[in-house]
Amino acid sequence: MKTLKKIACLALALALSLSLFACGGGSKVTLNVLNWGDYIDPDLLRQFEDETGISVKYTTMTSNEEMLVKLASADNIYDVCFPSDYLIEKLVAEDLLYAINKANIPNLSNIDSRFLDLAFDPGNQYSVPYMWGTVGILYNPTMVSDPVDSWNILWDEKYSGEILMYDSMRDTIGITLKKLGYDINTRSEDDILAAQEALIAQKPLVRAYLTDDIKMELINGSASMGVVYSGDAVYCISENPDLAYAVPKEGSNVWFDNIIIPKTSTRTAEAEQFINFLCDAEVAAQNSDYIGFSTPNAAGLALMDPSYAADPTYNPPQDVLDRCQIFQDLGDFVKVFSNAWTKVKAA
Amino acid sequence: MVSRLKKFFSGTYLGLMLVFLYAPILILIIYSFNQSKTLGNWTGFTFDWYAQLFRTPEITDALVVTLSVAAISSVVATVLGTLAAIGLHAMKRRDRLLLENISQLPMVNPDLVTGISLMLLFLFVGLRDGYTRLLIAHITFNLPYVIFSVLPKLRQSSDMLYEAALDLGCTPMQAIQKVVIPDIMPGIVSGLIMAFTLSLDDFVISFFAGNGVDNLSMYIYATARRGVNPALSTIIFVPVVTLLLIVNLKSIREERNAELQSKKVGMKR
Amino acid sequence: MKQTKTTKPKTATGMLIRRSVFAYPYVVWMAIFILAPMLLILYYAFTSDGAVTLENIVRASSWDNLRVLADSVRFALYTTLLCLLLGFPVAYLLSQMKKTTAALLSVFFIVPMWMNFLLRTYAWKVLLSAFTNMLYTESAVLLGMVYNFLPFMILPIYTTLIKLDKSYIEAAADLGANPRKTFLKVVLPLSMPGVISGVTMVFIPSTTTFAISQLLGGGKTMLYGDLIYMKVITEQSWDTGSALSIILLAFVLVSMTFMKKAERKTSDEGGGRLW
Repeated sequence: MKTLKKIACLALALALSLSLFACGGGSKVTLNVLNWGDYIDPDLLRQFEDETGISVKYTTMTSNEEMLVKLASADNIYDVCFPSDYLIEKLVAEDLLYAINKANIPNLSNIDSRFLDLAFDPGNQYSVPYMWGTVGILYNPTMVSDPVDSWNILWDEKYSGEILMYDSMRDTIGITLKKLGYDINTRSEDDILAAQEALIAQKPLVRAYLTDDIKMELINGSASMGVVYSGDAVYCISENPDLAYAVPKEGSNVWFDNIIIPKTSTRTAEAEQFINFLCDAEVAAQNSDYIGFSTPNAAGLALMDPSYAADPTYNPPQDVLDRCQIFQDLGDFVKVFSNAWTKVKAA
Repeated sequence: MVSRLKKFFSGTYLGLMLVFLYAPILILIIYSFNQSKTLGNWTGFTFDWYAQLFRTPEITDALVVTLSVAAISSVVATVLGTLAAIGLHAMKRRDRLLLENISQLPMVNPDLVTGISLMLLFLFVGLRDGYTRLLIAHITFNLPYVIFSVLPKLRQSSDMLYEAALDLGCTPMQAIQKVVIPDIMPGIVSGLIMAFTLSLDDFVISFFAGNGVDNLSMYIYATARRGVNPALSTIIFVPVVTLLLIVNLKSIREERNAELQSKKVGMKR
Repeated sequence: MKQTKTTKPKTATGMLIRRSVFAYPYVVWMAIFILAPMLLILYYAFTSDGAVTLENIVRASSWDNLRVLADSVRFALYTTLLCLLLGFPVAYLLSQMKKTTAALLSVFFIVPMWMNFLLRTYAWKVLLSAFTNMLYTESAVLLGMVYNFLPFMILPIYTTLIKLDKSYIEAAADLGANPRKTFLKVVLPLSMPGVISGVTMVFIPSTTTFAISQLLGGGKTMLYGDLIYMKVITEQSWDTGSALSIILLAFVLVSMTFMKKAERKTSDEGGGRLW
């Protein structure tokens, strides 16, 4: 035990000296950023800090709803966040967002007009597009002989034990609704019940409900197909060129992650400076290249390797987008979704 | 013969347990030199992840936060918790049971609920500083582990020691310091270690109770979505193990020297 | 111990009260950071629009949710049992060793835990998929949980066992007890406080873990931690989440009370037999 005591003392001394290190901050303006993990090229943060003298404190979260919990709290300290479409709708409704002064974001003109003025934020009063993509099936053609053009293949017994579903209530119930021919934003309890039954019936065929690990499983060939975001598909295909991605004919979800400034922010001018920086064509190109997700920045896409624009996974053609729907805020109806999801998971 | 067999079996058992404990860590260390970000998909040898690690201030910041919060919160929790256990142990049975039950609450409450209720509390009292919030939250969830590792030691030790010390003229404080604490030291140390370990791993409470400060677990949990930098795994482990080995080998050598010394003295006699 | 109290009651109680003063700083801390948030949870669990109601509790104790609770408790029980079975021998063998060797070895049993648990769980994923077909089964979840909680069983038992005087064991052997009998009648009863602590520290937190079951179980079972996450975060319904935690709390406190009763019985018996 004596040794343990010594170790404890040593470790403590080390950590305490480290903490002194941590507390020695400068007097620079600090921007508190809340984003998805690994969703920005860290070199760009350095570049922004060097160019403007503003320091960026970057923290991460794992779901839109976690961000909502944070932003709904009156003492949140965040200045810039990156929520998705349906959450922006909710944040606007709850009056939690700062109305952006577009005069401070001249680079907004770089954004493809297809991604502006969408239903969740008409006129882009509160949000600026950051990344976008679709939900689809990533599969391994060496293991799947049938054509992959319908969600029904995820219900095909032939592939029992090789199917990976996305472990997310909204996405998985969403694609099931699409498979059944319903609206992805349905408010009908019968539609949800049908989706629930379809998912329970599918459960014995499913290898696992995963999120990020779907990538690992498909890259190393442990599973033959799985539901993924298009940006993740781009990464997986670059790691394992055998893989292919398809957005089923029944339609799917198209999603947008936008940049917002919370109403509570005290550094709105610096936050707008940061947003303008991210909308710069070169910055957007470098960022999209790093993350692998599609950029809505037309000027940025033009600067990227032409293979990106030609890749239907990265840059889906208009007919694919036409059959996809954007998620809407469910309001209280989310409880019907979550009860169905509990039944699926507990089945 | 029997004892040698026993020794063999006990050695084998401990060995197997160590293999069980270290197998995943070995895997992580190996994959930290892998070109692909995806665990389990070996594409070639590289030091890139380590280089990238030190180029990313978010990671080094998170590392500093993690280690300092773990150190400070485990020490504070150990001091508070040890004193609490000594006090609890001396209380009447009913009071003690009540307080022991309340002390279990942070263990029983799901992390998420603890995190959000602390967040609401901090909002209510107007505490905004993320680092302080993180510290308070960690001390709070560490406390029961310290208390419940010290209490059994107290139950095991005799109250007579304390009373004897008082009879011999110690003040209660002196008696605690000189008699009780040394007697329950192993419990205190193991409480400290557990508190430190828990603090290193927490991410749910930290996310909600903290405010704009990431620790390593939060960072890892969030970046896991797109693939963790595999070098992160070795970054805490290797320095700690090195440190531990140095300290231990040194103390073993010292003890051996002391033993030799005493043997020599014995022989001379 | 009780005799001391009865023979000199005044001084004994006098000093006992004074010693309890040491708990006061903690009691203050507890009141602010444990009780106050707890009251908040109670408030949300038992009110709806400001009126006192059992509605949330009733809604939270739906058949589906109770099944999830039962599953979680089952996992937690298996985890605790396995940790005890695997960890007790480790603690015992360590306690029988020379002090320095034991110190070094016990460090080796702790250090793996200083590597982030998410990363360790990811590594198990790689190992399980490479060498077994256990991945995404209940056994994989169990393995991950045992792996992560094992030190919390070993440490408390080890610290009680090192206090255990070897002379007791030798005395028992001298008095004709065989090793098995010695272990059952001497070692086990005397290590009870450590075992209880270990069981508490493994069982309680393991009822609400969620990351391990998601990663190793492939999300095919829903555990209580997942359920609470869904209610509190996805649904943003803090009242149902609070009610769910109150239900869990009630369950754990009741089972802990039973365990403590059992402990008092066994330790009294053990003590009685030993002396």
